Amino acid sequence: MAEPGDLLAEAIGHSPPVGRVVLIGDCVEISGAFLLHLLLKRCLSLDSSSVVFIALSHPFSHYDRILRKMGCNLSVQRKNEKLHFLGLQDFSAGCKGNSIDHGFCKLYNEIRKAVEAARSKEIKAGCVFIMIDDLSLLEIAGDGSDNDVLDFVHYCATFTSKMDCSLIILNHDDVYSSEEAPGLLTHLQHISDIEIKAAPLNTGLAADVHGQFLSLNSEIHSEPVNGNTLYPLLL
Amino acid sequence: MAEAVLRSLRDGCLEGEHAPALSLQDSLLSPLASHALHHFLTSLLSLVANGKSQSRGIVLVAFDRSPSFYLDLFKRAGFDTSTVDKGTRILDCYTDPVGWNDAVHQSGQNSLITLVKNVKDVDKLLCSIVDLAKEFGGEEKERVVVAIDSVSHMLRHAPLSSVLRLLSNLRCHEKISSLFWLIHTDLHEPKVVGSFEYISTMVASLEPIVQLPDYANGNSGNITSLEENYSKAKFNVRLKRRNGRVKLFCEELLIEQDSVKFSSVPSISSVVTQNLIPKVQFNLQLSDKERMDRANVVLPFEHQGDGRNIEIYDGRRSLGESEKDPSSTKTGGLSGQNKLSNNNNNQSERGEIHYIRDSDDEQADSDEDPDDDLDI
Repeated sequence: MAEPGDLLAEAIGHSPPVGRVVLIGDCVEISGAFLLHLLLKRCLSLDSSSVVFIALSHPFSHYDRILRKMGCNLSVQRKNEKLHFLGLQDFSAGCKGNSIDHGFCKLYNEIRKAVEAARSKEIKAGCVFIMIDDLSLLEIAGDGSDNDVLDFVHYCATFTSKMDCSLIILNHDDVYSSEEAPGLLTHLQHISDIEIKAAPLNTGLAADVHGQFLSLNSEIHSEPVNGNTLYPLLL
Repeated sequence: MAEAVLRSLRDGCLEGEHAPALSLQDSLLSPLASHALHHFLTSLLSLVANGKSQSRGIVLVAFDRSPSFYLDLFKRAGFDTSTVDKGTRILDCYTDPVGWNDAVHQSGQNSLITLVKNVKDVDKLLCSIVDLAKEFGGEEKERVVVAIDSVSHMLRHAPLSSVLRLLSNLRCHEKISSLFWLIHTDLHEPKVVGSFEYISTMVASLEPIVQLPDYANGNSGNITSLEENYSKAKFNVRLKRRNGRVKLFCEELLIEQDSVKFSSVPSISSVVTQNLIPKVQFNLQLSDKERMDRANVVLPFEHQGDGRNIEIYDGRRSLGESEKDPSSTKTGGLSGQNKLSNNNNNQSERGEIHYIRDSDDEQADSDEDPDDDLDI
């Protein structure tokens, strides 16, 4: 059985993407969280890089447990200031008594401070990865305000151009029905450079293959790009 | 023919006319309009630098990509810094569109770039664009090209009416020579896209080469065709002439390393004709060979000219001829009738049918009703 990590590397390049917006879309049948965990581990294993993790779906202990199984100690990374962990409470605190966009604005400024701190610390500039788990919960936390969520994503995406950061977003595609008026998901797809879609097999279930993921690379940059490829998801 | 679009942007507006405007449209199925926009930007900059266009410079309103991306784009296209400095100004609506960024230190490092901290105020945006346009020489006649890299972003922050007002105001402004913008059609309702088409003189829409109906569900089925759509697209252009005529053409847009190439595809008229003819079991039109074959068929009742002239009835037969053919005088008044006459000179025993065609216009075996023009 092939290592999912190897296929992932093939799909989005052997090192985590730098200066890109990556959108991971999943659905109820196939969770895309494992891709986020793999990327998190990979980003932290790079020498001079750091990660800003915005976790809305699970508490820190959840990620700590999973990453420990994968051979990466999040608590240590957090202590070393390689990992900045922002939970749901950070966002709610910003919202308290204020408008929603104030909450997003506060969260953005926290990320900015973390990014700037990471940049100033490193003499040899490493990459900062901003990860959001997951965007639909951010929308719920923002009281369904699409525009504010998109503003927030846009602001996070601005880091990719000025500071060589990457933005990795996990999102649930099936929450946004395609028959509705054009919405959040289409906007996000336009913003993203790389889109990874996790989906069940077209043919139904199989014993050792749970699904497939499709990597869509619509990069505008001149560097050689990986094509758009469909990968089996072996779990 | 993308050249025609570029020419129109280059030539700018005529006295007493509004500036020409190009609306570039794409969707997720074929997300390549930004490449076309970059192509027009760099092509126009080189025309501006060589003094070959009406405009003296380009004002770029950057919503979708950072100003540094565009400066990098110009650098990669081979422009030196002085050309870019002289020919472009960038209005930065990307870095801080709604004023969340409380750090102030980032602005002002480049004189080319002007930061906008509230894109919701469209009137102020218009003033900023005009101010930048005025930076290119103070003369009355000096004009500039305005490029907006994503109207879709503007529409997220401002109502449709104010965005349209901005574009209309730009079109009739004395400092503006031409303008173009990009819009993602799948982000808006058709009526919104339609309103932008109305205020533009040219519409270039990018359509996928291969149709993938179930992309939205993530079952993209055929990866090769998906990949093809990310490097190629149909570039459909609708040009509105000043006299009201509309010209359509279609080209193929091909993304190559760092550049965009346009190549011609079979003419639009043939594609349209093919599409308009309904799919039926039988042929509605004849091929050339079939037409030739039909011309060669010897019709049994038509006089084949064996030794005599082929007669074609022109409605005014000479007396001599009508004497020869007495039956025609009786029926001659009914124009368009097939004439049956018994030739009773020397072959009276055998009997013979003579058919005299009405004119050369009429096909020999035409199905047309000869009494079509009768008014009874």
